[in-house]
Amino acid sequence: MASAGAAALLEIRDVALRFGGIVALDGVSFSLQEGDILGLIGPNGAGKTTLFNCVSRLYTPNRGDILFEGRSMLARPAHRIAEIGIGRTFQNLALFGPQSVLDNIRLGAHAYSRSDFVSDTFHLPWAKRQEAAMTERAWSLIHMLELDDVATRPAGGLPLGTRKRIELARALAGRPKLLLLDEPAGGLNHTEVTELGALIRRIRDERQVSVLLVEHHMSLVMSTSDKVVALDFGRKIAEGTPAEVQQDPAVIEAYLGTGATHVIEAAAGVPAQ
Amino acid sequence: MTTPQQETVALGVAAPAARQAMRLQTRHWVLAGAIAVALVLPFVFQGFVVFQLTEVLIYGLAILGLNLMTGFNGQFSVGHGAFFGVGAYVTAIMMQRWNVPYYWTLPPAGIVCFVVGILFGLPALRLRGLYLALVTFAAAVALPQLLKFHGLEGWTGGVQGIVVNQPDVPAFLPIIDADQWLYLFTLAITLLMFWGASNLTGSRTGRAIMAIRDHEIAAAAMGINAPLYKTLTFGVSALYTGVAGALSALAVQFVAPDSFSLFVSINFLVGLILGGMGSLPGCLFGGLFVLYVPNIAESLSRGLAGVAYGVIMLLVIFVMPSGAAGFARYVGGLLARHREVELPAHRATPNAVARPAQRVEHQRAESAEND
Ligand SMILES: Nc1ncnc2c1ncn2[C@@H]1O[C@H](COP(=O)(O)OP(=O)(O)O)[C@@H](O)[C@H]1O
Ligand SMILES: [Mg+2]
Repeated sequence: MASAGAAALLEIRDVALRFGGIVALDGVSFSLQEGDILGLIGPNGAGKTTLFNCVSRLYTPNRGDILFEGRSMLARPAHRIAEIGIGRTFQNLALFGPQSVLDNIRLGAHAYSRSDFVSDTFHLPWAKRQEAAMTERAWSLIHMLELDDVATRPAGGLPLGTRKRIELARALAGRPKLLLLDEPAGGLNHTEVTELGALIRRIRDERQVSVLLVEHHMSLVMSTSDKVVALDFGRKIAEGTPAEVQQDPAVIEAYLGTGATHVIEAAAGVPAQ
Repeated sequence: MTTPQQETVALGVAAPAARQAMRLQTRHWVLAGAIAVALVLPFVFQGFVVFQLTEVLIYGLAILGLNLMTGFNGQFSVGHGAFFGVGAYVTAIMMQRWNVPYYWTLPPAGIVCFVVGILFGLPALRLRGLYLALVTFAAAVALPQLLKFHGLEGWTGGVQGIVVNQPDVPAFLPIIDADQWLYLFTLAITLLMFWGASNLTGSRTGRAIMAIRDHEIAAAAMGINAPLYKTLTFGVSALYTGVAGALSALAVQFVAPDSFSLFVSINFLVGLILGGMGSLPGCLFGGLFVLYVPNIAESLSRGLAGVAYGVIMLLVIFVMPSGAAGFARYVGGLLARHREVELPAHRATPNAVARPAQRVEHQRAESAEND
């Protein structure tokens, strides 16, 4: 965990975004320190995915700025985010279905490698060497995420839990400094969620990857995050350690207001860090 | 704690890697056999049949061009006949007007089509699906008229077209005739270009091209510049089909505006779909179908040849709904399963069963450490 004085890896500054009449984000500010896992929570429709998509540059805020390693990244198009060290997964999974698991993971290293139509068509020696290195790294991720048995199968038809691990491996193949995870626990059962939490922490510890974890699943966020930011109706309503945010009246109110009492109750049983 | 994990890894790699190596080896043998057959064919048959076989290769190459763009990249073109025509005319004009040797006309034909393809690819960035298809359709409709245009007659020969000299057999090969030579020349170019396409589609660039087809937003998140790749893919696709057109000018020994009607484009599309989108060998099957099935249909019934063609096409689609390539994969899968059942010892089942339990245990140890 980084000390309080260190410069932020990611800084969200007063970001606002409207969709027509809907104010999806309304002046949100917070920062993520290098080495941290930051949980972003909030009821459905709070603006989590919208903020996530601003960072991955699918959306451009109407106001405010987003800084990565101290530099504004709003001028970058979506395809130039991976190269500065930001990897992401998708809430509804976005694998390259017909391609093999291995190819999906090698695609994750696209921003991390160079080649073009000519070098690849003629299999120039340097392109072949790079391909071999890329393949080796992909295999090591396959081992790490235990995808060996399905490595040569098309990614599309595999079970949900497996596809989520493939997305994670694909994001890691780009050697990100910051990993954006959008609701990785969605659709997983209790055991799988526990495993996922451990896996996220292990990735952070072993690979020095900071994580922005957007999650509806409170117990995962509470047990995994170093810091939690809560959103409601596009505004930040709380920020602090998991224990602090969990007891915050505004957070309880926001979740109660949407009828998600059980979520808080489930979360309350989990000891904070 | 690390030891059992490492063991799992070692066991886990062996199975899929070995399976893949075996599949690769089989593929190499099939390929070598196919090339050997292709080399012998012009000496088994003669004259017109050799010409037809040359045409099969040419169509296969043209369909490969369309496949790179449509099958691999997901951009639809119903006007690839236009690139075929442009390539043919570049060769005809260079040979007959400027006396350039036939083999030197292929690179310029490819380059011209690449540039034209890029120019088409630029609007394609804003147009998707059917709209892009309409633009390519317009190109295919416009080309014959453009070729007939008076202002260009000095080059194109207008409605008359251009008669092209058949390439001479090189002096070092006196024993074969001109048809056989053209077949072998076409085979060499076809093999070279399929080799390139196979390299391309199996590499980083090829995976990026397919990723754009599969999920454009995810592709962007991987750092793939979709507009750039789409434009270049359009260009390379046009280059391939253009070189095929250039070869066809040599084979047919004649180019005329009406040889490049919309029907050519439709034929490529038929060959692509029946051969299999995103399959390289499927392109050659498509070439075979497009060349021979109309003849077969005609021999069945002169009056109802069109109907016979339609019925044959329906039958093929019924038997092979995902093209010849999909059918081959299906049969290959059946054979592989058959083999596995016969040799159960080769399956890595114990490992597969042990795995999930190990994982849970491993995770438990992890979370215990962290709490
Ligand atoms: N593309 C969009 N167009 C219009 N409204 C949107 C769009 N994306 C999100 N919204 C709206 O913005 C608000 C925040 O949505 P979202 O960020 O998806 O919430 P969360 O991920 O926290 O559930 C919601 O009211 C949603 O309906
Ligand atoms: Mg969401």
